[in-house]
Amino acid sequence: MTETLTANPTPEAKLTAKDFQTDQDVRWCPGCGDYSILKQVHTILPQLGLKKENIVFISGIGCSSRFPYYTDTFGMHSIHGRATAVASGLKATRPELSVWIVTGDGDALSIGGNHFIHLMRRNFDVNVLMFNNQIYGLTKGQYSPTSEENKVTKSTPYGSVDHPFNPIALALGSDATFVARSMDRDPAHLQQMLLQTWKHKGASFLEIYQNCNIYNDGAFEPFTEKATKKMNDLFMVQGQPMVYGQHDEMGIRLDGFTPQVVNLNEGFSKDDLMKHDEKDVNKAMILSRLYEMNDSEHHFPKPFGVFYTRERATYEEVMNHQIEAAVVKSGTGDLDKLLRGRETWIVA
Amino acid sequence: MSNKHIEVLEEVVIKFAGDSGDGMQLTGGQFTNTAALFGNDLGTFPDFPAEIRAPQGTVAGVSGYQLNFGSKEIFTPGDKCDVLVAMNAAALKVNLYNLKKGGIIIANTAGFDTKNLKLSGYEKNPIEDGSLEGFNLIKVDVTRMTRDATEDIQLGIKEKDRCKNMFVLGFLYWMFDRPLENTINFINGKFSKLAEVREANLRALKAGYNYGDTTETFTTRYHVEKAKMEPGTYRNIMGNQALTLGMVAAAQKSGLPLFLGAYPITPASEILHELAKYKNFGIRTFQAEDEIAAICSAIGASFGGSLGATTTSGPGMALKIEAMGLAVMLEIPLLICNIQRGGPSTGLPTKTEQADLLQALYGRNGECPMPVVAAKSPADCFYAVFEAVRIAVQHMTPVILLSDGYIANGAEPWKYPSSSDLEEIKVAFAKPMENGEKFMPYSRDEKLARPWAVPGTKGLEHRIGGLEKANITGNISYEPENHEFMVKLREEKVERIADYIPLQVLDSGPDKGELLILGWGGTYGSIKAAAKDLQDEGYKVAHAHLRHLKPFPKNLGELLNNYDKVIIPEINNGQLVKVIRDKYMIPAIAFNKIQGLPIMKAELVSAIKELIG
Repeated sequence: MTETLTANPTPEAKLTAKDFQTDQDVRWCPGCGDYSILKQVHTILPQLGLKKENIVFISGIGCSSRFPYYTDTFGMHSIHGRATAVASGLKATRPELSVWIVTGDGDALSIGGNHFIHLMRRNFDVNVLMFNNQIYGLTKGQYSPTSEENKVTKSTPYGSVDHPFNPIALALGSDATFVARSMDRDPAHLQQMLLQTWKHKGASFLEIYQNCNIYNDGAFEPFTEKATKKMNDLFMVQGQPMVYGQHDEMGIRLDGFTPQVVNLNEGFSKDDLMKHDEKDVNKAMILSRLYEMNDSEHHFPKPFGVFYTRERATYEEVMNHQIEAAVVKSGTGDLDKLLRGRETWIVA
Repeated sequence: MSNKHIEVLEEVVIKFAGDSGDGMQLTGGQFTNTAALFGNDLGTFPDFPAEIRAPQGTVAGVSGYQLNFGSKEIFTPGDKCDVLVAMNAAALKVNLYNLKKGGIIIANTAGFDTKNLKLSGYEKNPIEDGSLEGFNLIKVDVTRMTRDATEDIQLGIKEKDRCKNMFVLGFLYWMFDRPLENTINFINGKFSKLAEVREANLRALKAGYNYGDTTETFTTRYHVEKAKMEPGTYRNIMGNQALTLGMVAAAQKSGLPLFLGAYPITPASEILHELAKYKNFGIRTFQAEDEIAAICSAIGASFGGSLGATTTSGPGMALKIEAMGLAVMLEIPLLICNIQRGGPSTGLPTKTEQADLLQALYGRNGECPMPVVAAKSPADCFYAVFEAVRIAVQHMTPVILLSDGYIANGAEPWKYPSSSDLEEIKVAFAKPMENGEKFMPYSRDEKLARPWAVPGTKGLEHRIGGLEKANITGNISYEPENHEFMVKLREEKVERIADYIPLQVLDSGPDKGELLILGWGGTYGSIKAAAKDLQDEGYKVAHAHLRHLKPFPKNLGELLNNYDKVIIPEINNGQLVKVIRDKYMIPAIAFNKIQGLPIMKAELVSAIKELIG
């Protein structure tokens, strides 16, 4: 590798969000949630202490995947569903780069579902930002693998018969080492989650609820609107009891493996509540399904924040360790020896 | 020994055939190595079923290994066999048609019992009913004699029976006057930790040899002298092995780290297996989750400044097509190796076919030109892949390398090069930009190649992707004129490679005349042998073999016009012939065989005689 290929984590001059803007017009629809996400990413990038040339954004296809064109780092707008695979090859060979994957619910979970789960289990040290708008926007409004059942769209005039993916549960099931959720409409939380996503060494998965105001407007209204969000959003904080509600009067309690909603004004104290332990995969699994337990009798909130995180050797570390070990054991490869093989004969 | 007569032969073709579990590939491989080390020229052709353990005793389960070795130049594994080793009735049934009249059959009598006869569909026992009259039938109870030879060894009958192939090999070593040393060394190495198994194999091998030596029945042995080959140091090499070495060599000579993204597929998997061993060369191999991830990871690696490569066969190639289009649009180097097999769909996984030339040339959405290079023989895979890498990194383009199952698994002696014989492959990454000048990712050099700008280089931040690009800036462009311009530019970029490749030369024959045989890929040996026979008989026939299929060498049209007729033999339904007719507007004649088998010299010779009278 030449000198220019070595990343240096110390920037020469302090960068600002503006340094990450490109000269390309941003072409998302006015009012699209993508604008907020782009802004928050540009806000946190200068905080990472990285040189611009050591950052790479790779995307697939879809509205969200236009992202690299609007961010002045190295970037690739690849093909549908394959950003994860492209990033795997890049990270395997250039472990020192900061590699970000920008994808959507269709790109990551439908056409790219296979690569997504394998990226997670392999644990390349990359950051996956999945913009989930529960619809296909770029192709003008078909249901997506995260759309709710019975959804009426252009391709499902009688309502969708598909059962949706739960992206958090899927990532956990794929042995991802960092799993978190945030939303476009909460810039402070989103920035915080982006920073944690970046900080984690290993495959980091951040699901970002993103409103498509053209084809699926209001999909996340219960979680983003003032009137409803307090009763619907559970912000998980490491080590803290699970509280939510207008005045933090509601809480989640575990009865064995079964979560319950309790009211702190009705005889329960914070000590009775489930404390968030982002190292506990079993609790993460329960939390990933919490909202799906809602029925006519129960009303659970939707968790936001870090569901789960753990350290595990990254793919590229182990891969490069094998190479170093092989060099130590057998010496640097000798091409002539290799060409000669084991048996030769001489024709005079 | 004194009572044995030794007959000297110029060339012998042996076919080892048995159940797929009988170890015929290993037996053939051992004989091949021994012949090579002795100094014979040779060609081999393994022919095995797609199933790992196909039903025992049936014709579907027959595995074969054909070896042609000689004291003269050998171009092919041979048409018809001189010797057929039939470990069971099914092996005889499958291969008898291909045995020369008067040829030797070595039949393992234990493989012709009632059960085997029934499984292979024989009503009467062919080695008893006189139907093999006209052949030289040698009946040997290999199973019993192997068991006898290993009687006092503490192994089960199953393990002992597994040594049958070594008995046969020993017998053939006797018959063809070959030393046992090479195989003894092999057995000692392979079973160094299994003393009983090692001993049983050695006993069986020696027993086979002694059986020939001491039994009065066999009065004739055969001797094949060393071949008069170009002086030098040789090794034996298989196509996939050569391809692997070529990739390593190209990586070293270009100074690029090699990354292989691959998904297991027959007959390309050995390349992944081999490269995975060479970690101390800094080579990274990635067994991806599917064919698409395999090529996409290689694209990612190339984007990062590595030599990205992916290896596959027909069905896998089909899955990679969209990503190949991306690589064309990105204009980055990428090596795509297709070890072709019979198609379409899953087709014939273990059988050879020049199945995918049209796919390589045209099989993508949009106008999507990509250079195509083909290997012509096992050892040539080395040079072909080296050339493919050179084109990829110097012209900033994905390149397709076509090999096939026949040369991938075939072997030949190789006067291997030393690393200093190999030319450097010059590669230059774009330099950092210090003074805030804007980097133009789609600016071009005289080859029309754009700069290779790798992440980590200051000032070169840029975005590329599958959407249509504006020239120079690389920005997305939907401008009508720009698209037409870029389509033509990408075509011109690939066509311009013709300025950087050698002119087409003849392999043999007169530079003007009645007929040109134009070939590509793995048919080389058969065509070369056929051309030689025809030339020896006085026919004015020439042979040219294409390495470069996109772009063609600049003089190809002119060369084709020097002959009254052009015939194009292919193991497909006529693919190159379509391209040649289209491009040069000549009435090229197709000669096709689509049986998953190589073209035989005799078939081609007789077709050509018929054509030119």
